[in-house]
Amino acid sequence: MAERERRLTRPFGGVFVPRTQVMDADDLRRATWRMAHEIIEANGGVDDVVLVGLQTGGVPLAERLQAALLEIEGVEVPAGRLDVAFHRDDIGLRPVLPEAPTDVPFPIDGAVVVLVDDVLFTGRTIRAALDALTSFGRPRAVQLAVMIDRGHRELPIRPDYVGKNLPTRKDEAVDVHDDGVDLGEVVK
Amino acid sequence: MTDLLSITDLERGDIERLLDLTDRFAEISTRQIPKVPALRGKTVVSLFYEDSTRTRLSFETAAKRLSADTMNFSVSTSSVKKGESLRDTAQTIEAMGIDCVIVRHKSSGVPWQLTRWVDASVVNAGDGWHEHPTQALLDCYTIRQQRGSLDGMHIAIVGDVKHSRVARSDIWAFTKLGATVTVVAPPTLLPPAVGAYPVQVSHDIESVLPTVDAVYLLRMQRERMTEALLPSLREYTATYGLTRRRAELLRDDALVMHPGPINRGVEIDPDIADEQRSVIVDQVRNGVSVRMAVLFLLLGSGTELHTPTDALQEASA
Repeated sequence: MAERERRLTRPFGGVFVPRTQVMDADDLRRATWRMAHEIIEANGGVDDVVLVGLQTGGVPLAERLQAALLEIEGVEVPAGRLDVAFHRDDIGLRPVLPEAPTDVPFPIDGAVVVLVDDVLFTGRTIRAALDALTSFGRPRAVQLAVMIDRGHRELPIRPDYVGKNLPTRKDEAVDVHDDGVDLGEVVK
Repeated sequence: MTDLLSITDLERGDIERLLDLTDRFAEISTRQIPKVPALRGKTVVSLFYEDSTRTRLSFETAAKRLSADTMNFSVSTSSVKKGESLRDTAQTIEAMGIDCVIVRHKSSGVPWQLTRWVDASVVNAGDGWHEHPTQALLDCYTIRQQRGSLDGMHIAIVGDVKHSRVARSDIWAFTKLGATVTVVAPPTLLPPAVGAYPVQVSHDIESVLPTVDAVYLLRMQRERMTEALLPSLREYTATYGLTRRRAELLRDDALVMHPGPINRGVEIDPDIADEQRSVIVDQVRNGVSVRMAVLFLLLGSGTELHTPTDALQEASA
């Protein structure tokens, strides 16, 4: 998650230099729309589905999915926000940001929780998110939706819904923003 | 920052950053399982040479919600009874490999002394008449929660200012955050150098109450009053207590605060402590969140760590 946030925070300070645009705003919209359809199909509707966007990059994506689900099914699926900074295995490397709060204002017991993030990379954020979810209750199932799967997994984690598979080098960086997705490098 | 010894060490920005972070920790306490692994593997010892209920429990709850291991040291059941010195006790504890010492002592300056003897982070939980920084931070957090900001507020601190470490820490914290402070007390209960503090002084509570946004009542510390400072507690109540009649002088939106434990019927009327304007219970609740933020900043935060560049790869995910 949140390559963007990490770049903006001091220990990892540096400037993201985009090299290639890999998705534009229309691509993002189509991918979101398709993922919304896949979520509905896989769960036979959205009755028990709740969305949880991971701070910070997953939050706007969760909101887009929520809007798409509303348009398709006519149901407003609950959407929450989760910051996993307290649950990371590398606490101390990631700051806790006051402006990235956790807010899960609905029960998740028995629900199908769809975790939403912008970029899936090593999988450590998702491991932390699974850990964090247990302090809110016991979901019936947890699924994972990401806009970009860039590979290089370090844990046995795989996404259920993917916007785009993007092969990358480990030292590259991916930036998902409102107008598309860029591949580039962080320059110190 | 590796220790929290006094409010005077902190800049306005430091305090605000900590209070901003506190919201994040308050959220943890609302979860079905209010515990996160942020301080897993850290050991926190509370070293209390003075009695305490709420501060010790509050720190312990805070540490446990962050998954730190906690150890308790209370003088009555320890080797201090056998004559062990503070230094030897501290070094014994340190040898067990701990990360943080929370200390309360009847003598001012003990937390500073400890920092010279141990490598662990030291948190001042009250040293004599000097400071009680986490109490001031939770007071500021409580006021911000109610009002959004302390800027331009007028706060009265009423009672035994002379013996009160809470008053000293609060005076510094409130004024750093932009409030003006009036201390209200009989002359015998004011510190001799009260002019050195950034406060106004009054001996007439009834003229002050209508002008304040918050009134902070201090506990009458009977255990510290060795001299004849007051004719009687009843006379104190009659001239300085927040009686029901005086409470009517307060504005409807003024906050009533108290650090606890309350002497009901001495500094505050029993009913006033429970009424709408009183935020005394909020202060206790917020104490846990603020202390979680303090422990996390001292022991677990990445915000001040220097991170080598190759850690970027490891940290990304």
